[in-house]
Amino acid sequence: MLELRNVSKRFGGVVATDDVTLEVARGEVHALIGPNGAGKTTLIAQVSGMLAVDSGRIVFEGEDITRLKAHARVRAGLARSYQVTSIFRRFTVLENLALAVQARSGSSFSFWRPLAAETALTDEARALAGEVGLADKLDAVAGNLAHGDQRALEVGLALATRPRLLLLDEPMAGMGPQESARMIELVERLRARLTVLLVEHDMDAVFRLANRISVLVNGRLVASGSPQAIRVDPEVRKAYLGDELAA
Amino acid sequence: MSRVVAAFVALLAFPLAMQAMDALFYVSLGSRMLIYAIAATSLNLALGYGGMVSFGHAAFFGAGAYTVGILAAEGVQSLWLAWPAAVAVAALAALFIGAVSLRTRGVYFIMITLAFAQMVYYLFVSLKTYGGEDGLPMRGRSDPGFGLSLAGDLAWYYLVLALFAALVYLLHRLSRSRFGRVIEAIRENETRAEAIGFPVYRYQLACFVISGAAAGLAGALIANQSGYVSPSLLHWIQSGTLMIMVILGGVGRLWGGALGAFALLGLEHLIADYQFEWLAALAPNYQDHAGLAVGAVLLAIVLAAPQGLAGMLAGKKRGDARA
Amino acid sequence: MSATLLAEQTLNGLQFGLMLFLLAAGLTLVFGIMDMINLAHGSLYMIGAYLMASFAAATGSFWLALPLALAATALVGAALELTLLRRLYRRDHLTQVLATFAIILIANEVVRIVWGSQPIMLNAPPGLAGPVTLPGGLQYASYRLLIIGVGLLVALLLYFLVTRTRVGMLVRAGASNREMALAMGVDIRRLFTAVFALGAALCALAGAMLGPILAVQVGMGENILILAFVVIVIGGVGSIRGALVGALLVGIVDTGGRAFLPLLFGLFLPPQLASGAGPAVASVAIYLLMAVVLYFRPQGLFPARG
Repeated sequence: MLELRNVSKRFGGVVATDDVTLEVARGEVHALIGPNGAGKTTLIAQVSGMLAVDSGRIVFEGEDITRLKAHARVRAGLARSYQVTSIFRRFTVLENLALAVQARSGSSFSFWRPLAAETALTDEARALAGEVGLADKLDAVAGNLAHGDQRALEVGLALATRPRLLLLDEPMAGMGPQESARMIELVERLRARLTVLLVEHDMDAVFRLANRISVLVNGRLVASGSPQAIRVDPEVRKAYLGDELAA
Repeated sequence: MSRVVAAFVALLAFPLAMQAMDALFYVSLGSRMLIYAIAATSLNLALGYGGMVSFGHAAFFGAGAYTVGILAAEGVQSLWLAWPAAVAVAALAALFIGAVSLRTRGVYFIMITLAFAQMVYYLFVSLKTYGGEDGLPMRGRSDPGFGLSLAGDLAWYYLVLALFAALVYLLHRLSRSRFGRVIEAIRENETRAEAIGFPVYRYQLACFVISGAAAGLAGALIANQSGYVSPSLLHWIQSGTLMIMVILGGVGRLWGGALGAFALLGLEHLIADYQFEWLAALAPNYQDHAGLAVGAVLLAIVLAAPQGLAGMLAGKKRGDARA
Repeated sequence: MSATLLAEQTLNGLQFGLMLFLLAAGLTLVFGIMDMINLAHGSLYMIGAYLMASFAAATGSFWLALPLALAATALVGAALELTLLRRLYRRDHLTQVLATFAIILIANEVVRIVWGSQPIMLNAPPGLAGPVTLPGGLQYASYRLLIIGVGLLVALLLYFLVTRTRVGMLVRAGASNREMALAMGVDIRRLFTAVFALGAALCALAGAMLGPILAVQVGMGENILILAFVVIVIGGVGSIRGALVGALLVGIVDTGGRAFLPLLFGLFLPPQLASGAGPAVASVAIYLLMAVVLYFRPQGLFPARG
C-alpha cells in the first residue's frame, strides 16, 4: 500500500534519512522502531508531506505522492498523529473532531451559512469521540484534558479524515500503564479497517501489535521482518544495546 | 444583544439629536468615526480573526480612496462605478501583496507587509497628474444617481451607518461559518490545520483579500467624507493607527474595530478641540502634542489591558476557551 | 552617461548603503537574539542626530560632539531597554509592534517639545565642506568620503567583534539559539542591554553622519527604518553579514535606480511617460528587489537561524 523507495534527506551536514526502502502492506500494522535520534519522526514527516524528500520516491496506493502537499495527501487517505501533541487547545473535544471532519467534507470556502446548522459534522464527531474513548468529555476544552486523553484526541483527529493509512508517531509517549493499555486496545480496534504505520518505543505494544517491524538506526534501515525475526536479529540487538550502554 | 440594539438605536437617533441642537458638525465627526470603524473592522478580520499581523493595511485603505479620487478626476462620478472599482482595486492589491507575503512567517511577514505598503505609497505619490505629494481634491461626493445626492451631512451619515452595520453583520456571519472556523483553527494551530487537510495558504489569502477589499470600501468612503484624497492615507503611520484601533477595541472581537475607532478618534477630538483648563495650566501647548497622549494610552493598553475595550466589556479573559 | 556619473553614483550608493548597514546591524541583532521587532530603532537614529546637532552647537566642534552623541544615545537606548523593552521579549510580535510604535509616537512628540517642529541645522566639519579630486578626475564631496570611511571602519570593527571576540561568540550563539546561550551560563539580561546599547550607538552614528546631508527633523527615523527592514529581510534576520550585503544592495539599487532608471526609460519611452514612470519605478526598485529575493529565498540571503 505504501512504498518508500530510496528515500533520503539531509540537513546541512547531517544525514537524517539514508536511502530508506520500505514497504507497508495493506491491512497490516507495521511498526518502525529504533534508538533515539534514528530519524523515525523525520521519516514520518516525509511520508506525511511536512518535509520534502531530497531524493527517492514515495508511492501510496500505486500513486507517486512524492511531490504532493501535506493537505493533499490527507485527502488521498494518508493521516498522521503527532509525537508531541498538536491539537487545537482552545477548542473543545467536539470542536476539534468536528473540525477534522469538516476538512474532509466539502469546501470550507463558505462564508454565510452558520456552521452550527451542520449537524452531520457534530454527529460524526461524536461517533469519533466514542471510538477513541472521549465520549464523556465532548465539551471539555482540549487544553485542559489529561495527557492520556489528549493523546487519544490526537489519534481521533487523524481518524476523522477517514484515512486508509494511519501514521501514528509514538502514540503512547508519556503514558502510564493504564493509558497505554487503552491505546493498545484502540489500535487493535482500528486494525480491522485501517493500515497502520506505527512509530513506538514501547516494546510491549510493538511486539503485541505489529505484523512486521522495521528498524531504523542513524537514518538507515538495518532490518525489516516479522517480530520473531527482529527479536533475534544481531544488528538490532547491537543497535539497542549500544544505545543502552551509551545512555 | 440588547446592548447592541441600544447602541444602534443611539447611532440612529444621534444625527437627529445633533440637528435639533444645531450641532451638525458632530454628525460629520460621527460619519468619520464610522468610516474608520469600517477600516479597523476590516483589519480586525485579518489580524484578530486570522492572526495575520498586517502592518500594511493603509495600502488597501488608501488604494480605495485613490481609485475613487482618480476616477472622479477623470470624470467618473457615479457611485455605482467608483465604489465597486475601489473595492476591486484594493482586493487586487491585497491579492498580490498577500500572495507574496503569506509565504513568509513571523517577523518577516510583518516587515514585508510594511514594506509593500510603503511601496504602494511611493507608487501613488509618484503620480504627479493625480496630486503627487499634495494629494487629490475631489469635486463633491460620489453620485448615487436617481436624482439623489450625498452632499447633505445627514444623508451621508445614514449611508455610512448602513454600510457599517452591513459589514459588522457580514463579519458576524463569517465568524460563525465554516470559513470562520477554519481561520480560527489556523490561528490556533497552523501546522495541525494543514495536517488535517486544510490548504492553509489559500484560506489565509482569502481572508487577507476580503479584509483588503473591505478596507478599500472604507477608503472610498473616506475620500468622499473629506472631499480630498491625501497620500497620508497610504502612509504606514496610518497602518499603525488602524492597528492601534484594533488593539484598543479588542483583537478578534466582533466590535473590536468599531470600539477602537470610536475611542481613538474620540480621544483625539477631545484633546484637539477642547481645552482642559487644568491640563493647559500644567502644559500650555499640550494640544499640539496629542501624539504623546495617544502613544502613552497605547503603551498602557498593550502592557496592562491586552484584551482591549471589548474584552473588558465582555468581562472574559482570553486565556482559556475561545471568546 | 559617463564613467564619472557611474562612479559618483556608485560611491553615493556605497555611502548610503554603509549608513543603512549601521542601522540594520543593530536591528538585526535585536531581532536575532531577543526575537523582538523594534520599531523604535528609527527613533534612536533621530535622537542621535538631534543630540549630535545640540552637542555640536554647544561645543562648536563636530569631532567633540560625535562621541558625546554616541554615548548619550547609547544611554538612552540602555534606559529604554531596562525600563520598557525588557517586558516585551516574551510577548507576541503584535504586542511588540504596537508597544514600539507607541514609543515612536512618544519619542516624536518629546523631540518636538524639546527642539521644536522645525528641522534643525547640523553642519559637516569645516575641514570637509568641500570636494576632493579622486583618481580619474571625479570631484567628490570629501564629507561623503568620510562617511564611507567611517562606515567601512565600523563594518570591520563589527566583523572583528562578532567573529573574534568572546562577546561576539556569545552574540552569535544567542542569535542562533537563545536557550543554548542561556544554558552556557551567559548572563543573558546584561548581554541584551549591551547589545541594545550598541545598536543605539550605531544608530546615533548613522544619524550624526547623515545629519549634514539629510535633514534633521521629526519623523526622519521612520523612513529610514523601513529601508532597514527591507535590508534585514533581504539579508536574513540575525545575520550581520546579511545586513551588510543587504544594505549595500539596497543602497546601490536605490541610488542607482533613482539616477539611472529615468535615463533608461527616457531612451525608449516617450518623454511624458518616462518622466512619470522613471521616478515611480525607481522609488519602488528596492521593494521589487526584496520581492525577488524573497521569492527565491524566503528567509533572506544569510539567515542566522536554521
